[in-house]
Amino acid sequence: MGQQMTQPETRVIKGVNKIMEFQPKIEAMICTYCTYTAADMAGSQRLQYPPTVRIVKYPCTGRVSILHILKAFEAGADAVFVGGCEIGSCHFVEGNLRATERVAYAKKLLAETGLGGDRLEMFYIGASDPHKFVEAVTQMTERVKRMGPNPLK
Amino acid sequence: MIVAERKPIQEILSMISGLRKILILGCKGCVTVCSAGSEREVMILATIIRMGRKKKDEPIELVERTLVRQCDPEFIDQLSDSIGQFDAVLSMACGVGVNFLADRYPKTIALPAVNTKFYGVAEEQGVWSERCAGCGDCILNLTGGLCPVARCSKGLFNGPCGGSVNGKCEINPDINCVWQLIYDRLKGLNQLDKLDEILPVKDWGVSSHGGPRKIVREDLKI
Ligand code: SF4
Ligand code: SF4
Repeated sequence: MGQQMTQPETRVIKGVNKIMEFQPKIEAMICTYCTYTAADMAGSQRLQYPPTVRIVKYPCTGRVSILHILKAFEAGADAVFVGGCEIGSCHFVEGNLRATERVAYAKKLLAETGLGGDRLEMFYIGASDPHKFVEAVTQMTERVKRMGPNPLK
Repeated sequence: MIVAERKPIQEILSMISGLRKILILGCKGCVTVCSAGSEREVMILATIIRMGRKKKDEPIELVERTLVRQCDPEFIDQLSDSIGQFDAVLSMACGVGVNFLADRYPKTIALPAVNTKFYGVAEEQGVWSERCAGCGDCILNLTGGLCPVARCSKGLFNGPCGGSVNGKCEINPDINCVWQLIYDRLKGLNQLDKLDEILPVKDWGVSSHGGPRKIVREDLKI
């Protein structure tokens, strides 16, 4: 009682706290042509980003459905982001534009349910832009850390 | 088709508050075509409801099903075996479907998940607008096929009124003045003389003003 901790003990406690710190789980729904290529390049360039992201590769973000997004949250994702080609360079012409509209609609649904629309975001990341991918992961990680874990967990 | 739109989530959640086991019932008819109550919309609504309830720590059991139509006995009667196990049915069909559920299953709570809006067309993917009001005595032969009952904001029979400006309605500049459309169309058809005729007072008794309507075809009955 009231005993002072030894230095190694303090170090262990600090380490445990760090592990216990909220590490968000973010699902990234990204297209094979642009954002996935950028993510791959981020890896081969050894760029550092938070280990919070789980990637699901799509042939095109035009295939991302509102239901996929909702199911990810229902399964406990803290955040979801959709990453497509830059506007004007979608390999299927307008898949990323469709995804943009669906993300906007799903954001409204999430807000209406009380989960918060900010847990979902759309990014446009060209194949040659690994830094933008890193930025997206970092931005979503910080945002979700502020918001706290998915309240359904 | 009948065009409908899903109600706001909070309204639906408060409608089903306290209920524990619900059937969410879609319809493959009109509301599938206008994306308000299709199989897919049932899945989306069910997911949203489950999340909303879990967030409040009041989990709910949902069964998802979609009938070919909710306005015909052969389909609505398919529920007879299972309907007893639910606290309520949340129908995503138009109001007709909800009514028919209530008619056929006196002991089941029937709730509407959509607002039934109008009889209309899909102008383009994702845009619907009104064309007919089901007045019971169609006069489209006199108006170039364009309906003043449903499409004139004031329901005028001998329009336009003085509020028609550059082809737009004074009620809302996004709405076309249907009497301008009628004029332009009759002109194009060389039938402007039709407008010389003053349309008589309409018999609203055959519309909903005369009470609920019914059609019987003895030749079709079995
Ligand atoms: S129940 Fe309503 S939405 Fe379904 S087919 Fe019948 S009229 Fe159309
Ligand atoms: S006149 Fe009556 S039946 Fe004909 S389109 Fe208009 S509302 Fe419908």
